[in-house]
Amino acid sequence: MTDAPLLSVRGLSVHFGALAAVEGVALDLWPGEVVAVVGESGSGKTTLLRAIHGFVAPTSGSIRYRSDRLGDVDLIALEEPARRLLSRTEWGFVHQNPRDGLRLSHSAGANVGERLMAAGARHWGLIRAQALAWLERVEIDPSRIDDLPRTFSGGMQQRLQIARVLVTSPRLVLMDEPTGGLDVSVQARLLDLIKRLVAELGLSVVVVTHDLGVARLLAQRIIVMQRGRVVEAGLADQVLDDPQHPYSQLLVSSVLVT
Amino acid sequence: MSGPAVAVETLAKTFTLHLQGGVRLPVLRDLSLDVFPGECVALVGPSGAGKSTLLRALYGTYLPQSGRVLVRHRGAMIDLASAGPRAILAIRRETLGYVSQFLRVIPRVPARAIVAEPLVHRGESEGAALRAADAMLGRLNLPERLWHLPPATFSGGEQQRVNLARGFIVPYPIMLIDEPTASLDPENADVALSLIQEARSRGAAIVGIFHDPIVRQRMATRDFALAPLAEPA
Repeated sequence: MTDAPLLSVRGLSVHFGALAAVEGVALDLWPGEVVAVVGESGSGKTTLLRAIHGFVAPTSGSIRYRSDRLGDVDLIALEEPARRLLSRTEWGFVHQNPRDGLRLSHSAGANVGERLMAAGARHWGLIRAQALAWLERVEIDPSRIDDLPRTFSGGMQQRLQIARVLVTSPRLVLMDEPTGGLDVSVQARLLDLIKRLVAELGLSVVVVTHDLGVARLLAQRIIVMQRGRVVEAGLADQVLDDPQHPYSQLLVSSVLVT
Repeated sequence: MSGPAVAVETLAKTFTLHLQGGVRLPVLRDLSLDVFPGECVALVGPSGAGKSTLLRALYGTYLPQSGRVLVRHRGAMIDLASAGPRAILAIRRETLGYVSQFLRVIPRVPARAIVAEPLVHRGESEGAALRAADAMLGRLNLPERLWHLPPATFSGGEQQRVNLARGFIVPYPIMLIDEPTASLDPENADVALSLIQEARSRGAAIVGIFHDPIVRQRMATRDFALAPLAEPA
């Protein structure tokens, strides 16, 4: 295990006009680690994730990433072609709404295969074989490979999006509320699947969630955001069982105990 | 290795309840405790004396206000109060085991995989880890038909045995144990006690909470008394 972080965010701010959506955030992610960013709607957690991926431009700060292909790079200063190369190969982004991460007019197999082709794969038979293998891995019946995702349930669509993201063996996966909007029983299955794939593939993950149960199940470390700032960060069980900041205490105490 | 495996130095822990107007609840103050390899120290004291708080501080879950919580990890004494999350995770993987009272059930994960997981995290192959898990579950008399099922629907005693199997599958040098026999029948309580004795005889340092006085007498080499704090710190 190396001691350099894979991703290192420093002093990151994202302003939308007068609104400071993200303000002075620091975050490190080491290889094989899952960090959860928790907070309520409007806390800036999704904007932080989108800024790391390059969907929104930061106002200031640095995002250093240790790339297999490009070495140590600052993502903010990176040229667009290099950024696109990374996002096709070494990174993945799992959207809350699977329809944002899938092409609904393409078959399930094409959705998985397209990302492989974007990463350079050309052999149709191999692409289809990999797509089939990934459908099975995310527990979608391989006989559905030629069906359109719109004929899938919400949980299946989310699993298909995960297959599409993971098929190129990314190192860094950013997940935005991956279980949001799903029924509880579907959530449990998806969480278990994500947990297993993360361990098997040794993924490094930043997962944004408002659900502390998701954070406890998936993450080793937790970062709590409020109004764009990090108010607390630490070991997952420490933040959840002995929260220090008033806002963290409010979040933890607001969870319904079943 | 003649020194202690655990050295708590003038530990203080106060909970500040920001949602209740910042009320401060001091639970531990000026607490010092050494635990040596081969010892089993029983935390004793009335409810509210801070037994569970101390155990959780020893695991790095509770952040101390002041003082140090030193554990011997790879030959060096590391302070959990200042070590940082990644160091604590490494210490938990290799050195520090925790057997809690209740199993945190993961949906759909079968009992044997839950038990095997700490070995897999230490780099053991999945096959070897699962074989070790099966042996441990067999020893704790969990019926074989349950091994492949997720423990969500198990009885309290069955869940507790899964928990014990998971806790004892790795020969941690330091073990923290919370009520290991609480929901077990006498036969399985005996198995639990022999697991603790074996851990001690291989040189583990053990800190435990045992409410049953007979269990405590059989297990503990020493009692450590805690009392509720009289006035705010």
